[in-house]
Amino acid sequence: MLDKLKDKTVGIAGCGGLGSNCAIALARIGIGKLIIADFDNIVQSNLNRQYFFINQLGMPKVDALKTNIENVNKEVIVEKHNIKLNPINIPHIFADCDVIIEAFDLSEMKTLLIETVLAEMPDKYIISGSGMAGWGNNNGIKTINYGKLYICGDMTTEISETNPPLAPRVGIVANMQANQAVEILLKIKN
Amino acid sequence: MKITLNNSPEDIERNEISISELLVLKNFVFKMLVIKLNDKVIKKPDYATTFIKDGDTVMVLHLVSGG
Repeated sequence: MLDKLKDKTVGIAGCGGLGSNCAIALARIGIGKLIIADFDNIVQSNLNRQYFFINQLGMPKVDALKTNIENVNKEVIVEKHNIKLNPINIPHIFADCDVIIEAFDLSEMKTLLIETVLAEMPDKYIISGSGMAGWGNNNGIKTINYGKLYICGDMTTEISETNPPLAPRVGIVANMQANQAVEILLKIKN
Repeated sequence: MKITLNNSPEDIERNEISISELLVLKNFVFKMLVIKLNDKVIKKPDYATTFIKDGDTVMVLHLVSGG
């Protein structure tokens, strides 16, 4: 059954807490291809939740994530884009994806990606993350669905100094996004 | 009129309502939203001039920072 994943491509928009963890989960179960995009380099504060290592500090996130994916599963084809995503380049970079994962941190970028995909790429599935700051409240995290758009998270908790994004809850949402992607990918026809 | 708002049925006591008016009526206070009317994405400059009619499906989504 999972063999079907070998023919599938997933786009990961943002390679921080959501994107890095979601990519690794999909790589472990044998996704065919990942198209990853981010413009940032790894800093110390990322290590509380993002799938990077101390010896990767300072590296572009897309370079480090490609290495980490390949260290988990050599079969996965990784296409990386060290670029800031915008409404012009999003439809080109993710044109061949079956599913796009929205994995940004800022509300502005989440909104921009979802608006662009819904308007310019209406045939694509998009799985977003919204509300995962702090800790606890396992059962507040859920998935809501509007057509081909899915949102994973608690929908409300915003990051702040007292409510930081942390590995456990960000990881839960990242893996929920991966889990939703698998459900969609195994259901859709080629 | 009857509309579907975020997957739930809603009764609005009007024959039509603009997106801007709906946001006030339903108390959506966030500045940044993704709005879809039926299958069309509605951008912010068009909120005041886009009207929702009986039977329409509306999605109003606020994305929270963090990731």
